Amino acid sequence: MFNALFVFIAVFTVVCALGAMLSRNTVDAAMCLLLCLAGVAGLFVALHAFLLAFLLLLVYAGAVVTLFLFIIMLIDVRGAAVPPRRRIATAAGAAALVLVVAGLASLATRGRLSLPPPPPGLPVGESLKAYAELLFTTYLLPVQLIGFLLLIAMLGVIALSRKAP
Amino acid sequence: MITASLNAYIGLSAILFAIGFLGVLLRRNALVIFMGLELMLVAATLALVAFSRFNATMDGDVFVFFILTVAAAEVAVGLAIVVALFRRRGTIQVDELDSLKN
Repeated sequence: MFNALFVFIAVFTVVCALGAMLSRNTVDAAMCLLLCLAGVAGLFVALHAFLLAFLLLLVYAGAVVTLFLFIIMLIDVRGAAVPPRRRIATAAGAAALVLVVAGLASLATRGRLSLPPPPPGLPVGESLKAYAELLFTTYLLPVQLIGFLLLIAMLGVIALSRKAP
Repeated sequence: MITASLNAYIGLSAILFAIGFLGVLLRRNALVIFMGLELMLVAATLALVAFSRFNATMDGDVFVFFILTVAAAEVAVGLAIVVALFRRRGTIQVDELDSLKN
């Protein structure tokens, strides 16, 4: 089924994710998110998606978490009083928890995802070639659309962060 | 060497998604809500990569490329909005941003 290393990485990832969502200090939350992303990158390596693991660390750990830390530094929100939880939010959280537990239980008992174990992955060079071939043939239009989206996001950020007159 | 069944990966992905969703529901700090959104996106990519690996295709992996790009763009725009909001209102607690309520 699964071995100790998988259990270790999975527990590490889940604990860090919980820490990111529940810690009161925003900087602690960002650091926990960073560790959680490192755990997910480890799982990607286990799934033979080496390039994606590298990209995840580069984009998320390198760019996104750093951006979060800069923003936390920029807008100093220490000392904000913690208001009591609204009852409806707690109820919604409890309902979501029940749904997830039910879903996991049904996945464990009646899930029919028993695909055969995957074949040994391609060597790294071959898999890079396969990525490139898909990106520049089948998915050429999405690649161009994504480029356009990035351009629009860049313009939007510049427009948003101008100082208001 | 890590070996795990597809069920284990999908279950882990569901748990991560649920934790992110919990953060979005329960937290009031806009930055932490953003982190919850990121966590949900990463959980979805984990499921995609696992399905892609167990079906021996590359399409899910390529799709994760696009998700990563969109997530990066989303974070940039979202944090710019948070900063603009903080400049104008002096708070990023989503409870206090209720000027559309009345």
